[in-house]
Amino acid sequence: MSQKITSYPGHEITPEDVKEGKYLDVVYKFEPKYSWAAGVAISRFLAELKEGRIIARKCLNCERILVPPRMYCERCFRPTDEWVRIKDTGTINTYSISHVGTDARRLKTPILVAVVDLDGATPGMGILHNLGEVEPSKIKVGMRVRAVWKSSSERQGAITDIRYFKPIGDE
Amino acid sequence: MPLRIGIVGVGYSGFDSMTPGLSTRELMFEAASRAYEDAGIDPRKDVHSFVCCTEDFWEGISITDEYMPDQLGAVLKPLCTISSDGIVGLATACMHIMSGIADVAVVESHCKSSDVLNPDEISSFALDPIYDHHVNADPRFVAGLEMARYLKETGTKRDYCAQVAVKNKKNALLNPRGVHGANLDKRAVLSSKIAASPLTELEVSKTIDASIVFVLASAQKAKKLGNHTVWINGIGWSSDTPWIEDRDMAKAAYAEQSAARAYKMAGVRNPATYFDLAEIDDTYSYKELQSLEALKLAAKGKAGKMLESGAFDIDGRLPVNASGGSLGVGHLLEATGLHRVLEAVLQLRGQAGRLQIPTVKKALVQSWRGIPTATGAVAVLGN
Ligand SMILES: [Zn+2]
Repeated sequence: MSQKITSYPGHEITPEDVKEGKYLDVVYKFEPKYSWAAGVAISRFLAELKEGRIIARKCLNCERILVPPRMYCERCFRPTDEWVRIKDTGTINTYSISHVGTDARRLKTPILVAVVDLDGATPGMGILHNLGEVEPSKIKVGMRVRAVWKSSSERQGAITDIRYFKPIGDE
Repeated sequence: MPLRIGIVGVGYSGFDSMTPGLSTRELMFEAASRAYEDAGIDPRKDVHSFVCCTEDFWEGISITDEYMPDQLGAVLKPLCTISSDGIVGLATACMHIMSGIADVAVVESHCKSSDVLNPDEISSFALDPIYDHHVNADPRFVAGLEMARYLKETGTKRDYCAQVAVKNKKNALLNPRGVHGANLDKRAVLSSKIAASPLTELEVSKTIDASIVFVLASAQKAKKLGNHTVWINGIGWSSDTPWIEDRDMAKAAYAEQSAARAYKMAGVRNPATYFDLAEIDDTYSYKELQSLEALKLAAKGKAGKMLESGAFDIDGRLPVNASGGSLGVGHLLEATGLHRVLEAVLQLRGQAGRLQIPTVKKALVQSWRGIPTATGAVAVLGN
C-alpha cells in the first residue's frame, strides 16, 4: 500500500524547524514519586544482602526454594513456610551482551546481563544481575559464577550490594 | 429475566491509612486467601478467569498487569487487568461467566495509595495536556467546579453537602473498616479549610490502603458452592465526554446512564422505593446528593432536603452509605467500587455487625472513577 503513495499530504517537519520555533509544542515533565513498601519477604531479602547473604523462602508443599523470596507460593497458592539461606554461587542460565544504553546510545563497554541460577535454590530459580571480570566472548550458558560483593561499609540493603557475578573458573 | 450471577466469596485486607509492613502483592494475597476460603474454592483448580482493576500510575509500575497473577493464584491462568473502577471489573467477570468462558471468576482491586508520594501529580496528569493542563492548581478544583454548578442548578442549600460528611463520618464510627470516622457537626465541616471552593477539606474523602477480592459464579455453580450467595441482578457502566468544559457539570450523566442499564437488566421499575440500602459515590460530599438524583433515588434538587430530614440515615427510609462511604471509611481509588460492593454484600449476608440494617434484601451500589473523569458504574444486588 504505502509503496504506491509517492507524496503524503502536509509537509515534513525537520528537527531544525522545531529548534527554530516554527511549530508549536507543549512540553510537560511528568514527575510521579513513589516509595514502595517492599513487604515482608523482600525487606528480609534486602536486610540479608546488607549482611552479604542471600535468603530464599521454602514451600513445604511443593518443596521448592523460592528466590526472590515471597511469602506465598504461586504454584500451590499457600503461604511459604521457612527462610532458607542459599549460596552466592550459581550457574549462568542465560545471558545477553547489551551494546545499547537506556538512552539508545551505543555503548563503548557493553553491559553483560545474565540470569544466574543460584546454588541452593530450586533449579531454574535465581537472580538477574550483571557479569564482570570476564571477556564477553568467554561467557557461556552453564558457566559457574560467584557474587562479587561491595564491602560491608558500602552495602545498603539493595540488589546492587552485589556488584556483579564473576566466573569461578580459576579459584 | 434479570441477570443472575452469584457472589460466593468475599475477602479483604488493609483498610488502614498506611500498610508499610506489606507489599501490594502481600496485601492482595491476604485478601485473596480469605475470599477463596470464604467461597470454599481452590483458585488453582476452580477459577477460570481472573480480573484485576488497577492503574499503572497509581501502582508506580508500567504494564502492572504482569505483576498480578502470583498472589491471586492465577499463574498460567486467564487473567486480564481493567484500567477502571472495580465495578467495571465485576461486569467483565459477569460477561466471562455469561459467555461460558468461566464458571467461576475472581475480581480483585486494591489501593496502595501510601506508596504514592504525590498523588496530585497523577490526577493533574489526567487533564487534557493541551487544553486544560495550564491550570496550575490542586486538581480538586474540578470537583469545586462541579459542586458550584450542581448547587446553582438544583438550588440545593450549601449546608446539605456538609450534612453528607457529618452523616457518613458518623456512620463510619460503627464500621471496623472506618478509618475516617468522626463525630462532627455541620459547623465543623463548613469551617474546615477550603480545598477548592465551595468544597472544604472535611468534604473530601482521603485515600487509604486495602485490597478486596470477590469470587463470582454462575447461578448453577453458585447453588453448589452454597451459603451466603448474593446475586448480581443488574450491572451497567458508562463514560461521558472527557471535556470538562462541555459536559453537564450539574448532573452525573454517566451515573444516570449506568443506572438505567442496570435497572433495566434487574427489572427495577421504581428505584426510589425498590432498594433497602444504597452504597453510592461520596468521594466528595456533593457527589452523594448529585448521585442520589442521577440514580433516581431522589428527584432533581430534592436529595439535600431528603437527607436533612433523615431519610438516608442508617435508620432512615433508605440508608445511604450506612458503611460510612468514602468520606467515613476512606477512598480506595480504583478499588472504591468494590468497597461499596463489599459493604452491601456484608449487609445482604447479615454479616455487617454493628452496622447491620434489619431485613436488607435489595441493595444498590454505584461508583465513580474520580476527578477528572466522568466514568461510573452501577450494580443491583439481592440476596
Ligand atoms: Zn508450593
